[in-house]
Amino acid sequence: MSILFAALSGLVFGLGLILSGMANPAKVTGFLDLAGLWDPSLALVMGGAIAVALPLFRLARKRTQAVTGDPFQWPRKTHIDKPLLLGALIFGAGWGLAGICPGPALVLVGAGIPQGIAFTVAMLAGMSLYELFAHRITRT
Amino acid sequence: MTIDWLHFSPWSALAGGALIGLAAGGLFLLNGRIAGISGILGGMFFNKPERTNTWRWAFVAGLILAPWLWRGFGVLPGIQINASSVLLVIAGLLVGLGTRLGSGCTSGHGVCGLSRLSARSLVATLVFMAVGFVTVWLFQHGLH
Repeated sequence: MSILFAALSGLVFGLGLILSGMANPAKVTGFLDLAGLWDPSLALVMGGAIAVALPLFRLARKRTQAVTGDPFQWPRKTHIDKPLLLGALIFGAGWGLAGICPGPALVLVGAGIPQGIAFTVAMLAGMSLYELFAHRITRT
Repeated sequence: MTIDWLHFSPWSALAGGALIGLAAGGLFLLNGRIAGISGILGGMFFNKPERTNTWRWAFVAGLILAPWLWRGFGVLPGIQINASSVLLVIAGLLVGLGTRLGSGCTSGHGVCGLSRLSARSLVATLVFMAVGFVTVWLFQHGLH
């Protein structure tokens, strides 16, 4: 059952990315371009997402386990540390360069866009760089 | 600052955002898992083999199939990529490394983290958005 829920969640997530415009890199850079012609749409994407997700997470707080009976995997880290800040900084630079973050990258792969596939391969290579070197910083 | 009224799409942005929130909140309520794409991908490829990864593959499959389902009912909205191939590869490397080091991306920190009212995710979101603004400014206006 949980596998079906996960697939459905991914599907709805992807449809949301397409409908909202997040899957269009030019729209994302249009949002990040404060000094030029600024398209504020993506602020509403985040607003809409939080407006729906926030009450669902509040509901989860009141429960002892997820609907499937699995335990809630609440993120354990709460402190603001150097890996968080450095990682967010590196991610922000990459996001600004291409206008693509991990979710939309996978939607672009599904849509068969060659540049999206190239970006995703590079992204997975970046993740393996972390596994090879950088995780020593986070786990010490 | 000039608002780009021509491309401003408040209703599809809100509705699409609501779907994203439903998917993220729903995955947590149903399965107890955070819908953070970079974390899911990291787990899929780099977790120890004994950890359960099937749900991650299912989630990613859903995400990849979304444009297929969309095309079953209509035409995909326009997709335009302005970055050159070299820039795309550099950007991909940075996004992969940065999201794993910072334990999250737009979905994990920006949607799930902010919805959980996590201070750590708020800081991460403010940092990557601020750096995104600065990067676009540098490339669109600053370096010319």
